[in-house]
Amino acid sequence: MSNVPDSLRYTAEHEWVRLEADGTATIGITDHAQAALGDVTFVDLPKAGASFAAGATFGAVESVKAASDLYCPVAATVIEANEALNATPDLVNREPYGGAWMIKVRLADPSSVSGLLDAAAYRKLL
Amino acid sequence: MTAPLARTPLHAFHAAHGARLVPFAGWEMPVQYTGIIEEHLAVRRAAGLFDVSHMGECRVTGPDAAAFLDRVMTNAMAGIPVGMARYTILCQPDGGCVDDLIVYRLGAEEFLICLNASNAAKDIAWLRSQAEGDRVTIADECARWAQLALQGPEADAILGPLTDAPLAALRRFGFATATVAGAAGCLVSRTGYTGSPGFEIYLPAGSATAVAEALLAAGKPRGLLLAGLGARDSLRLEAGYPLYGHEISETISPIQAGLGWAVKFAKGEFVGRAALLRQHEAGPASKVALFSLSDRRIARQGTPVMAGERKVGEVLSGTLSPLLNKPIGTALVEAAALGGRLEVDLRGHRVALELAPGPFVK
Repeated sequence: MSNVPDSLRYTAEHEWVRLEADGTATIGITDHAQAALGDVTFVDLPKAGASFAAGATFGAVESVKAASDLYCPVAATVIEANEALNATPDLVNREPYGGAWMIKVRLADPSSVSGLLDAAAYRKLL
Repeated sequence: MTAPLARTPLHAFHAAHGARLVPFAGWEMPVQYTGIIEEHLAVRRAAGLFDVSHMGECRVTGPDAAAFLDRVMTNAMAGIPVGMARYTILCQPDGGCVDDLIVYRLGAEEFLICLNASNAAKDIAWLRSQAEGDRVTIADECARWAQLALQGPEADAILGPLTDAPLAALRRFGFATATVAGAAGCLVSRTGYTGSPGFEIYLPAGSATAVAEALLAAGKPRGLLLAGLGARDSLRLEAGYPLYGHEISETISPIQAGLGWAVKFAKGEFVGRAALLRQHEAGPASKVALFSLSDRRIARQGTPVMAGERKVGEVLSGTLSPLLNKPIGTALVEAAALGGRLEVDLRGHRVALELAPGPFVK
């Protein structure tokens, strides 16, 4: 079954958010999402400085069989996008919570992360 | 309301082996087991085993069977030797395709026809509607047969010890009635839809699970993987094979699709001949082209093909080629635009279309 780490927050659209010690956040897609997509072939990510409202499309992930939009879980501004995914998009399949993080962001409202699903609530959706 | 999905005799086998099942042409079918790219490469390098029991079958028998098939199909059917199969197209009078088929000649007056799953009922009704006055019987055998495709360079070594079929004597498109893994009454055919060597095995539906387990056990030490419809699609696209509803359809003719080699004008009258001959002589207004992209993005079905600011075509199929490690696909493009610079428009992102001179695998 899918791996759902207790330490992260989640959306119903299968993104995860990790609140970092410095108040920034890291965003990616879940193990369940990568398994559903199958072999990931391309990840389209925004540039540093781009801002997104909660629920806005910040990029797209493509697999052999499907393309799927990425939704920003909370209002945020991109600090860095994961360049490694350009050359090795299949990292999304291998390390969805590690090497395949997608964007690091500055949060418009640091408390917004606590409004997302916790691991137990996300597991119930799967 | 949606009709319940049909299940092949291997449904429990798929579940037991970890398949992800999806709806396809009214059937619940495995799209993948371990991963599309891994399964694809296993077929190219070793072997893959596919359940293709959703494919339909019908048997045409009678004194007029050969002449009847010649009259309704584009390829030359009467000349097929017993024990050989041939690819052909069933056309409408306007040249559009009812389906594309493999026809097996079982005897002087007996043929077994493999039908696409989505078209099986339509094809059988069409054949019957065309057969008025002919001394032929058209029997629906869809429920009788299961089908396995064993594809890849290791296929001969895997199947050989499990069958009495004379594999070494079977040429491409040759077939034999044989016993496979203890199951009598199978038809073993050196055909396939992957561009790699291998076999398609027609077997009595009740024998499917035992034969599949035996092939899997024999193949595993040689690198065989179970493979799903996802890999089947990327394999056939690398090989340049058409898929009904994509490269050929009721509105895309075999001449447009580059299948003129399977249309034999010289044999005399057949359904669709006049329309196809007009297209052949004047050149079709639009043609199916095989392409690759130097990008990571896949151009999927419906993606516009542009010549500057003018839309000149549309993508019919698209996937990632695991062999080339880049996107490939087919597009229906205005013939006049094919000599010039073409691009696909991927949601506003333009990528140059690189036309392929031929299939990506031979």
